[in-house]
Amino acid sequence: MNLKKQHISVQNLSVTYGNQPALMDITLKIPDKQITAIIGPSGCGKTTLLKSFNRLIDLNDEVKVSGTVNVDGIDIYNDKYVDPTYIRKKMGLIFQKPFPLPMSIYDNVAYGPRIHKKCNSKELDRLVNHYLKMVGLWDEVSDRLSTPASKLSSGQQQRLCLARSLAVEPEILLADEPTSALDPISAQHIEKTFMELKKDYTIIVVTHILRQARRIADYLVFLYMGKLIEHGPTEVILNYPKEEKTRAYIKGEIS
Amino acid sequence: MRPNPRRVEENIFKVLMIASTTIVVSSLLIVFAVVIIKGAPALSLEMITSTPKGGYYLGGEGGILNAITGSLCLAFGATILSIILALPVALYLQRDYIGKSKFARAVRFSLDVAFGVPSIVYGVFGFIIMLYLGMKACLLGGIFVLTLLELPIMIRAMDEVIKTVPPALKESSYAIGANRLETTLRVVLKQIFPGIVSAVILAFGRGIGDAASILFTTGYTDRLPQSLFDPVASLPLAVFFQLGTPFPEVQQRAYASALVLLVLVLVLSILSRIVTAKYKRYVVR
Repeated sequence: MNLKKQHISVQNLSVTYGNQPALMDITLKIPDKQITAIIGPSGCGKTTLLKSFNRLIDLNDEVKVSGTVNVDGIDIYNDKYVDPTYIRKKMGLIFQKPFPLPMSIYDNVAYGPRIHKKCNSKELDRLVNHYLKMVGLWDEVSDRLSTPASKLSSGQQQRLCLARSLAVEPEILLADEPTSALDPISAQHIEKTFMELKKDYTIIVVTHILRQARRIADYLVFLYMGKLIEHGPTEVILNYPKEEKTRAYIKGEIS
Repeated sequence: MRPNPRRVEENIFKVLMIASTTIVVSSLLIVFAVVIIKGAPALSLEMITSTPKGGYYLGGEGGILNAITGSLCLAFGATILSIILALPVALYLQRDYIGKSKFARAVRFSLDVAFGVPSIVYGVFGFIIMLYLGMKACLLGGIFVLTLLELPIMIRAMDEVIKTVPPALKESSYAIGANRLETTLRVVLKQIFPGIVSAVILAFGRGIGDAASILFTTGYTDRLPQSLFDPVASLPLAVFFQLGTPFPEVQQRAYASALVLLVLVLVLSILSRIVTAKYKRYVVR
């Protein structure tokens, strides 16, 4: 496909929670600087796959991972010297429901930079300004940066969470159904931001909305019952699915 | 129309809830009322600004400043010591650390048992230890015993508050590359700060109001607190001793002392609410 080194590639990845298998033998390369959408019916392992990219599944109880996930050449599960916080720093992650941290708008964006590097206040101001502008929130909040982030609308909160993730300067952006808790206008706003960001970032979006995948994704990954059924460029998958299950899902027969 | 059985059920339970609430609230109000009615007339500026003079317990002049200052020293000392010990324990009980292990369950269980231990038992325990060490009854002994008394309730109250932190909130912090300590200190503590203050007030209330545990360990004196190694007076014991005299005017002073204790706790609760109001706005739901 392309010859340059991939940010994320997965080989024979299996994940189980207790005795419950969540992912089975997934092998996949995520294309860089594109939007990849992970689609599939609910409970098929979409979120597990997404969280396995930055080792956030470590936080689950009794989770077992086998196979390899390579992030920028590091085998993040089998290499014993890997610091999960280093992997997580490489990727922004936004959730279904926006969770601003219990602090001011300014401190939310400054949270990552304060942890990962010593910034002086001038640099922080610049970062906060830059990333709030990037997600289109600056004009709405510039006059109340010191007010609690919990007071923002959920659409604004989601954009704040995006800015907070970007402020760590990741190269990869993970999003777990980022628009499903938002009103249509806020959802559109997030989608538009993603389209602008993809020239600089590798974006992976979990979505259960096929139309959203069609609108924004360049590459589709279709999961069904923990198995990778099919993956490929969006037009190919949607127009010429090879597998019967994919065809049925696109037609809306399984959901 | 026939009465709808579901409607009737609903109404029965509503009446039950209202009745229970009324009983609970009114019994508390009656206690307050008795303390106020009996205590207020005996309350005077002299009573809260001076120490007992000769013959105070026979109805002579003086006040209970010794007990007020003594109780404040005891309760603040024990509460501060408890916070220092309780907060790390409660944070360690998070699911990010030992939360779901058998050890954590054992810790929670023993704290619940410790909470049920009568305070006189702590008092005797403290007394035995002090005898062994050759200490006499003193402020420090009282602070240690009250700390034992306050710890279980403080830790468990903090623990319950910490459990309310949404897992996704912590995940948001981890996803940014924060480690457990950073997440705990910068996110969890901020989220639960109002709850932590409530837990502290709860424990403080238990500490300042207890008489049995400090009876042997702290002693009693008519003087103001001098040092950690001298006996101090306390409000619960002031109530106890004054109520035990045969003189009505001294007994009335017991009620006045109880009123002072009540007001102290009330003022502290109100202050804590004012302090936490500012932080409550940041709490994420």
